[in-house]
Amino acid sequence: MIVMSRTGRRTTQGRMYAAISTSIVALLLTTGCHKKSKAPLPSTAPAAMAQAPTVTLAADPVAIDVGQSVTLTWRTTNANTVSIDGIGSVDPNGNQTVMPSTSTNFHITATGDGGSAEANVRVTVRVPQPQSSGSSSNLNDMGTDAAFHAAVKDVFFDYDSYDLRPDAQSNASQAATYLNAHPAIKVVVGGYCDERGSAEYNLALGENRANAAKQALVSAGVSAGRIRVVSYGKEKQFCTEAAESCYQQNRRGQFNLDR
Amino acid sequence: MAVMRLHQTPLRRWPVFAGALLLACSAAFIPATFCAQDTVFTGTNKGADRIRIAPANFHAQSGDAVGLKQVFDSVLESDLKNAGVFDVVSKSMEPRAEPSAPGDINLAAWAGGNTNASYVAFGNFGITGGKVMVNAYVFDTHNAQYPQVIGKQYVDAASEEAARTIAHRFADEIILRLGGGIPGIAETKIYYVRAGGGTKEIWTMEYDGANPHAVTHLGTVALSPRVSPDNSRIAFSALGKDGFQIRVFSLLLDRMVNFNSAGGTNISPAWSPNGQLAWSSSRSGDPEIYVADASGNGARRVTSFRGPDSSPTWNPKTGSQIAWISGRSSLPQVYTMEADGTGVQRMTDGGYATSVSWSPNGQFLAFAWNRKYGPGAPGGQDIYVMEVATKKWIQLTNGMGQCDFPTWSPDGRHIAFAVGSGVRGQIWSMLADGTEKHKLVAGDMPNWSFR
Repeated sequence: MIVMSRTGRRTTQGRMYAAISTSIVALLLTTGCHKKSKAPLPSTAPAAMAQAPTVTLAADPVAIDVGQSVTLTWRTTNANTVSIDGIGSVDPNGNQTVMPSTSTNFHITATGDGGSAEANVRVTVRVPQPQSSGSSSNLNDMGTDAAFHAAVKDVFFDYDSYDLRPDAQSNASQAATYLNAHPAIKVVVGGYCDERGSAEYNLALGENRANAAKQALVSAGVSAGRIRVVSYGKEKQFCTEAAESCYQQNRRGQFNLDR
Repeated sequence: MAVMRLHQTPLRRWPVFAGALLLACSAAFIPATFCAQDTVFTGTNKGADRIRIAPANFHAQSGDAVGLKQVFDSVLESDLKNAGVFDVVSKSMEPRAEPSAPGDINLAAWAGGNTNASYVAFGNFGITGGKVMVNAYVFDTHNAQYPQVIGKQYVDAASEEAARTIAHRFADEIILRLGGGIPGIAETKIYYVRAGGGTKEIWTMEYDGANPHAVTHLGTVALSPRVSPDNSRIAFSALGKDGFQIRVFSLLLDRMVNFNSAGGTNISPAWSPNGQLAWSSSRSGDPEIYVADASGNGARRVTSFRGPDSSPTWNPKTGSQIAWISGRSSLPQVYTMEADGTGVQRMTDGGYATSVSWSPNGQFLAFAWNRKYGPGAPGGQDIYVMEVATKKWIQLTNGMGQCDFPTWSPDGRHIAFAVGSGVRGQIWSMLADGTEKHKLVAGDMPNWSFR
């Protein structure tokens, strides 16, 4: 589209936006008291004389079995902020012990006045392969869904809560007994919420519910690497009646075979 | 009218009387809507009027231009009505004339009688060689010597979409010029979730509900669309085999682009004005707010407290504060903090508060609040606006169903929100004082573009 202006220019008027900061509600509520304005985030443009940062990242050992831990060690120079994906901001130099459940690329970014630098290290996690079939059905047989659900019962939660109730504790310990006897089984825990409340918040709450159920199994001796959690919030309703009996069925941590 | 008062009143004076008005309103909570009447707009209670403007029917330069011209006329009229700053003259009150050019208009006829317009928008609409050419003017009816306020020419393809776009641009020009220097929103878009067939996809539409169409076709449950400040990307969360993860769709490339989530459930993205993303990630086992670049790199955790943390929104004015929803003290509440996680403040004092959105001027938070939440409790979830500095609030919806996901228009004069959810959800729009509510489309989780 071609637009030709024959009158004043928009830019002058545009600046008035910030100056006036008008809105209809502004007039209703304003007391003239602004929240303290902070300067914008610092520019990432390198300063003229700043030294470029350097970064190294090492892992010891670089290959482990599931359940073992690795020490990450990093060194940086000329860096103001340093972060490792999955861990977050860290000191410029340091080390941390991690326990990845699958092979993982650790990625570090160091940012300073002179720019940014990155480094990677790969940690290989050896996942034990099932024994050859025949020796023990437990070791490579995940069994049937029916057998699983007979022994591993869902756990239910109170309204807007992710604390395990006594009945959920007992379901979880019964489930753990079964899972400890069937080491080939991997489990996915789904976190669900009832239809009330807001969809975004319920996804976070469902995550807390699924993690609470997972933690109960871990406390009862099931390896954390066998359990995956997925929050469904209120996106996958088991039932849709607007009644407490239905809400209760939706507020649950549901165990399934993770095939 | 508010804006006109601002123009005419020294700026340093208005906070005083507006503050007095606020106290008057909050001292008696019930008449919040009453307070939202005339006194709200003027701050003086002296009845300053909105600018009265008459959109004349444009003159079609040829017979084949009539159809598109009528689209143009109706979109222009609708945009001016939606702006919230005009008293738009009904077409039935206008003179029977289609002034085509400055020489054709009889200003006295528009200034007097039932028309009584302060300004008149008019012009001509022609099609030549497959192109639309529109010459558009705004005249001040009370300035006979130099009446022209705006004169613009627009050229575009001869299509209905282009006719709508030209009308939007001309409306925005008028709003900018007469509405206090704040750019209009007629060219803005709203992104939202559309449910159907067991899936939820990201859709988009024009700000007035026109031209709704799908952006994603992922065949899964996609939630929480947020368009980037430069309108180049949409971040959202979508259900995959590892649960909900942040996904980013490039509107420029028309395809998904990479985002590094690094484990856990990742939901509710929010763009800062300089293009960073904040979102909720449970990579640590507990949902917390993280901030990273637009690809998810360099993620840093900014909250650290047991319990759900979700739905961040940046202060679009400063880019240095985040409001979000936290369940750290049981039921979810609105909190604010600096973007580095310091200075945490709880904003709501109880009930169930979710889906916070920070106003473009940085002064207000809009959110959904059920103030008496609990099994069997009366009342519903409605849209509220709170002033950040004082924590004083007003209720903007009442009795129209479960309201959620308020989102501010870039001019701060409008709020879109969802009523109901899922396949029964509807998206509504209103002025930011709660007036002039109207339904736009079927949908959920609206997000208004930054510009």
